[in-house]
Amino acid sequence: MLMINVFVSSVSTEQIKNLHMRFQQLCGNEKTLRKEHLENIPTLADNPIKTEIIKAFFDKRNQHNNELGSYEEIGFEEFLMVMSHFRPPSIKTSAEEKAAMRKRKVRFLFNMHDTDGDGKITLEEYRKVGIVEGLLSESESIGQEVARAIADAAMLEVASTNVPNMVREVTKITLALFLHFACPQILKDLEMESRMYVRFLDMNTANLHCGK
Amino acid sequence: MNYSSTKRALAVLITCTFLSLPYGYNGEAPHKPNAGATILPQTKPDNGPQAYPEDVPSNLPVFTMDYPRIQIPFEITLWMLLASFAKIGFHVYHKITIWVPESCLLISIGLIVGAIMHSVHEEPPAVLSSNVFFLYMLPPIVLDSGYFMPTRLFFENVGTVLWFAVVGTLWNSIGIGVSLFAICHIEAFGVQDINLQENLLFAAIISAVDPVAVLNVFEDISVNEQLYIVVFGECLFSDAVTVVLYSMFTFVAEMEVVEPEDVFLGVARFFVVGLGGMGFGVLFGFVAAFTTRFTSKVREIEPLLIFMFSYLAYLVAELFAISSIMAIVCCALTMKYYVEENVSQRSSTTIRHVVKMLGSISETLIFFFLGVVTITTEHEWNWGYILFTLLFTFLWRGLGVLVLTLIINPFRTIPFNMKDQFGLAYGGLRGAISFALAFTLPDSIGRKQLFITATIAVILFTVFLQGISIRPLIELINVRRTNRDVETINVEIHSRLMEHTMAGIEDLCGQWSHFYWKDKFMKFNNRILRRILIRDSRAESSIVALYKKLELQNAMEILDTVSGDISAAPSLVSLQGEKKESTTPKKTFMAEDLKNMHDLLSKNMYKIRQRTVAFTSKHALPNDNQPREILIRRHANIRRSLRHGSFQSTIPRSQKYFSLPTGQNLGSKYSSVRRRYADDHETMSEVAYPTRRSRFNQPKRSSSGAMMPLHMLETLKEVPSTDVLNESQSESFSKDHGKPQTGSSYSDSRFPTHRRHFNPPFDNNNGSADDLRNEDEAEEEQRRRHRGALRPPPSWAAEPRDDALRNPLLRRPQWNPKK
Repeated sequence: MLMINVFVSSVSTEQIKNLHMRFQQLCGNEKTLRKEHLENIPTLADNPIKTEIIKAFFDKRNQHNNELGSYEEIGFEEFLMVMSHFRPPSIKTSAEEKAAMRKRKVRFLFNMHDTDGDGKITLEEYRKVGIVEGLLSESESIGQEVARAIADAAMLEVASTNVPNMVREVTKITLALFLHFACPQILKDLEMESRMYVRFLDMNTANLHCGK
Repeated sequence: MNYSSTKRALAVLITCTFLSLPYGYNGEAPHKPNAGATILPQTKPDNGPQAYPEDVPSNLPVFTMDYPRIQIPFEITLWMLLASFAKIGFHVYHKITIWVPESCLLISIGLIVGAIMHSVHEEPPAVLSSNVFFLYMLPPIVLDSGYFMPTRLFFENVGTVLWFAVVGTLWNSIGIGVSLFAICHIEAFGVQDINLQENLLFAAIISAVDPVAVLNVFEDISVNEQLYIVVFGECLFSDAVTVVLYSMFTFVAEMEVVEPEDVFLGVARFFVVGLGGMGFGVLFGFVAAFTTRFTSKVREIEPLLIFMFSYLAYLVAELFAISSIMAIVCCALTMKYYVEENVSQRSSTTIRHVVKMLGSISETLIFFFLGVVTITTEHEWNWGYILFTLLFTFLWRGLGVLVLTLIINPFRTIPFNMKDQFGLAYGGLRGAISFALAFTLPDSIGRKQLFITATIAVILFTVFLQGISIRPLIELINVRRTNRDVETINVEIHSRLMEHTMAGIEDLCGQWSHFYWKDKFMKFNNRILRRILIRDSRAESSIVALYKKLELQNAMEILDTVSGDISAAPSLVSLQGEKKESTTPKKTFMAEDLKNMHDLLSKNMYKIRQRTVAFTSKHALPNDNQPREILIRRHANIRRSLRHGSFQSTIPRSQKYFSLPTGQNLGSKYSSVRRRYADDHETMSEVAYPTRRSRFNQPKRSSSGAMMPLHMLETLKEVPSTDVLNESQSESFSKDHGKPQTGSSYSDSRFPTHRRHFNPPFDNNNGSADDLRNEDEAEEEQRRRHRGALRPPPSWAAEPRDDALRNPLLRRPQWNPKK
């Protein structure tokens, strides 16, 4: 609940209201949101990693309860909780808070990869989860084999990052490894802030989308 | 020492230039090519055909000279050569260019040449007329910046870039113009006759920033991308804005009275001109891209098409008096992406080189000319006006950056901090464009001389003072930097992953931002634009592109390291020859051979390190095309070795390992499990299933090339202990490395290293093929690594080959590197 509070404090009530309206619009004025609701969003249909994104919303790990598994349906609170990963930093945010935010974002990405929730990304997960394949599938010509090769190469890259102690566990990326090697650039500078945020609008855009 | 020799060469060239002058006098030729038009009629009767009969008709002249005929191109060529030699000279001792920007040096050389010319009372050739500048010198400069604009960065920051470029330039021109107008009222300066329009015109001229020197510094110390792109974009678009303002104000300056409605018309015109230019540019860009779709049979004209279309866009925009700079820049931006996919690799390289070359010639000439003009022309020096101009340029620049940042920061994800703002403000050097614009002012402007002098003063001041001091200052205040040289697949995957996640989340929220638009544009691009404009319209994900690029880099490193080993594919004959040789007693490398090899390697390493160009710099051409060509070569080699590999799998197994060092055959070294696997897969072509696992043996691969030299050294030392190569081989090694590759004569001696490359695939060729064995494999991997720690790879040449085999790309039949 602490995170919700932080989120609420950094986002105006207007924005929360907008999100709430959007939430209700998505779930058709029911109390809870189910996967079908999200799958029916027309603009999301083309997203190559659609399933992963939807899964992330129902993932218990993104709710800060340190639980595994996934929900069948989520309420607005959970919805907000997932959204809170993407709040933009404000000028007032301190360096530590920023670091924490960054870490949460990386954690979110990590969870997308780590399907079985054991805190490690195995090569299999990296290959098969479909993120890489999904990302590549926008180009039709790419065969599955290439996608796999690329996943392998990416994994090897992590392995080849020369940390002597880590090399032995190359088939599994732990969060620590992921943090340090999978996206070093992202963590070292401000890339993360520039990329992973949603500027929750003050304006109510929900009704603009009603027709779609 | 080198430097002095270049200087001598320079001196020779200068004398050359002057040698040409007497001839010019002899022929009574006009010395100013442009003014020549007026004098030419006088000279014509002397050389014209009608004068011919009056000469002695019978004798054929043995030696004739017709200097006036070639004068203009001849002198232009000499000027260019002189400037180029100067440029070469700067880079001979390249510490100079680190501390002093090239533009400073060019101007200095110009000053020297100008001083010499002045001392012999020689007028500079007035090649720089308004028409020459706008039609021939400006297009290459802007095409250069437009074509090498980092597209992704630009579109991510497009708002800020345009904000600073357009509003910033307007701010500067109006601010400086009005303040100068105020100064003109002070009687003590004696410049009351300059009216507001002329002041504004002058202010517009000196608002064009040209931070090439700053960009070079930014690249070298890799400041953060946002700062870089804003300065880059500003240099580009401020030119456009300035030229629009310039043409507007030259028009206005000649008007007697300015009605209020003219101001509104001016504003409207500003937008018409800007947007119209953009529209024309995009249109021509698409036409150019579409044309290159059909040039697969006529590769030679591909670069020409690009230039002609860009230039056409420029000229057509000029015709309609809309912003030609915008047109050519947009044309370049639009077509670049599609054209580079359509044209051949060579054409693409040619295009890049020629664009770079033309741009840098133009700029060099202008800077050089600036130096000459500074000395040789009459100046109207007005302390008050010039000092206040200098003051206001600094003041308004600083103020502008502060105010504009204040406004734009709330809209930016990463706000500019004070250091960035300092970089932005201090990076506002004035340069070639300003000078050219001032120099080509119409003569109707009363104080043209004063304006030229003031412009030159501002340029010299900013280029020398700021240009030289910006590097230490930026380093001192420690501006945020971007780690740009890390280019890994993971980063690419994850940035794409993030983009898609964000687009998805925004869809979920029912919002949109640039992720949304990027997503939509990419979709539109892939579905429609690419289909129309690109011959082979299969979209290539950026991840795949990067993957290929990294593989290519890898390939190139291998080629460099082995220096021709791969190209000497072993034949059957050499195989047998090798067998005999391997039975001869082993000897170790001689110390000097080792040293030779070490030298060769370290030289190659140095090249590798140099090759990673992160950014498209304004003066250096990024050579990421080279890897592809190398891969093509490698591809061919692999195919050859594939044949060889299939041969290998048919020979008895006992012979397969004969190239291993004695006492180190696989049976003794590897576990029985491993051998069983090898048996299992023996029937398979080991080349078709190269394991990527073997890569684990050499963790420092692909993108992390930094560790390579050390690694190589280690293995080098190990060579004698493994007794791989006998002395004859080592000799041939040291010889062959000096020579270019090929020639079957030494391919046999090279052979043992070759053979060994096939070992890793044998060991665990089930790596990628068999998922079930993954766990076992991991264990094996560890065991192997333990051994690896004790015993490094037997030969230094062994791993690259292994690398070549496991490259997954090369297994992929559908991918054609030539494309």
